[in-house]
Amino acid sequence: MEAHPLIAGRRTREGFRDRLGYAATLLSVAVILVAVAAIYLFVFSRGLATFFVNHVNVLDFLFGTEWRPTLTESEGGPKFGVLPFIVGSFIVTFFSALIAGPIGIGAAIFMTEIAPSWGRKLMQPVIEILVGIPSVVYGFTGLTLIVPFLREHAGGLGFGLLAGILVLAVMILPTVTSISVDALSAVPPEIKAGSYALGATRWQTIWRILMRASAPGFVTAVIFGMARAFGEALAVQMVIGNGKNMPTSLLEPASTITTVITMNMGNTVAGSVENNVLWSLALLLLLMSTVFIFAVRWVGRRGRLMSR
Amino acid sequence: MTAKIVDRVMTAVFYLIAALLVVLLVGLLGYILARGLPKLSWTFLTSPPQSLSAGSGIGPQLFNSIYMLFLTMLFTVPIGVGGGIYLAEYARPGRLTDTIRAAIEVLSSLPSIVVGLFGLIVFVYYTGWGYTLMGGALALMLFNLPLMVRTSEEAIRAVPHEQREASLALGVSRWRTITDVVLPSALPGIVTGAILTAGRAFGEAAALIFTAGMSTPRLDFHDWNPLSPTSPFNPFRPGETLAVNIWKVNSEGLIPDAKEVSAGASAVLVIAVLLFNLMARFLARVFYRRMTAAKL
Repeated sequence: MEAHPLIAGRRTREGFRDRLGYAATLLSVAVILVAVAAIYLFVFSRGLATFFVNHVNVLDFLFGTEWRPTLTESEGGPKFGVLPFIVGSFIVTFFSALIAGPIGIGAAIFMTEIAPSWGRKLMQPVIEILVGIPSVVYGFTGLTLIVPFLREHAGGLGFGLLAGILVLAVMILPTVTSISVDALSAVPPEIKAGSYALGATRWQTIWRILMRASAPGFVTAVIFGMARAFGEALAVQMVIGNGKNMPTSLLEPASTITTVITMNMGNTVAGSVENNVLWSLALLLLLMSTVFIFAVRWVGRRGRLMSR
Repeated sequence: MTAKIVDRVMTAVFYLIAALLVVLLVGLLGYILARGLPKLSWTFLTSPPQSLSAGSGIGPQLFNSIYMLFLTMLFTVPIGVGGGIYLAEYARPGRLTDTIRAAIEVLSSLPSIVVGLFGLIVFVYYTGWGYTLMGGALALMLFNLPLMVRTSEEAIRAVPHEQREASLALGVSRWRTITDVVLPSALPGIVTGAILTAGRAFGEAAALIFTAGMSTPRLDFHDWNPLSPTSPFNPFRPGETLAVNIWKVNSEGLIPDAKEVSAGASAVLVIAVLLFNLMARFLARVFYRRMTAAKL
């Protein structure tokens, strides 16, 4: 008896299709694996060239405070100190998370505890649209709204770390909120019911029960927000003023790792020291992003252990 | 009694925070649209940019953005759905699957500028293409694959297991079951995921500066031959998108009306984002109705 044409056998056409389909999906996954491996490989090999090919001292690079890549050797040699940019990156990341963290978590609590029906229906699209707005539009708004405002009310040029912090805070707010909502939704309702049954008010339940139960989730939310802030390039570049010196106040023009790469990568010749140094900055950025990813995984694992 | 007062005060605080977010969004959209909408006209949307004087249009950039989106989705959707099928249907718990999931997680959290720099090495230098729309589309594909894979996997997993079993019990092959039974049911979720991905790709700029470039050659819109260097449809030409243009005119500051031009371009981007969002919502609802009605 002959098998039905749709039934897979090893030698039928259908069986061939079956294996071909499987191979195609495996290939799609392979694209991602190869891409991630290649990203690390290429950025590492280019980024390390500064130290192994151009023999720039790693410590001078990481802890130097002078960035003068075009200085000739008779004038004291080119200087590739990137500490001001590293500090800039950490300052904008830390402060924007400090602003967006509490507000985002608060908005998430509003959506899940205070007004779970209409509040969620209203806020969900608000957050989705805020996430969807392109970063250049945030940058442009910062440039035409926040910078002039700071110039008038805080003094200075308006361009600077503070402008970057404010723009980033708005940008990471929806990220923090939506991950916090997920964390709060995962809290078993029995725990809350138990708290209310003991006569606790809503705020007592939120503060004493929910804040503890979803603490790992909130930490994850803030780390994701920080990762986004640390890696954002264009919006920050448009408002931060691109100063090259060690920042001494939040109102001064400064730079971050990403803004320096953005500004200079196109103006330097591939293979030159000036260019390789930018790749070393990219390597720093990649390493820092990896740290954020591992931090999220670690917190997630800890959270699961705690709830067990 | 104080516990109740504290509770009331904190409730008010939470209302304030929620109101802040709504005001933020409404203010932001209102500002962009109020500044940008008056600028929008047929001439602005279709005329070419000026390099030094006022009166720039955004015609070529708008075209580049749409064409780039098309190219990006051409790669992202099949590969993303393929990855989603693998993870939902074939992957078994183990080291390989863990590695794949970790890779997707890493790729989704990498800053877009890092993906752009990778694109610069591979699609610009290594292939010898220089700045091209194709390179930009491939970089955007890498950037958007995690989202596409994740949404497709979720949609495929949501298909009831009985449907697969029924199909397999009839002797239908695994792959046929996937393509003819599972994918049609998962389609609404996949389409919603694709639209969300498209919205993200449309506004992305950092990954494109170093891959698709910041210029557009003189385009002849009557030339439809995709191999001709002046044809807008040639994927191997530099192509600055709208989002890149907003960044460029503001950071270069060569044209006197940079702010007005970017206000117009920003309004176009924001309207596009809103449309993508509405479309995803609308389609999700339509599909949902159809699917639930079909069960009756």
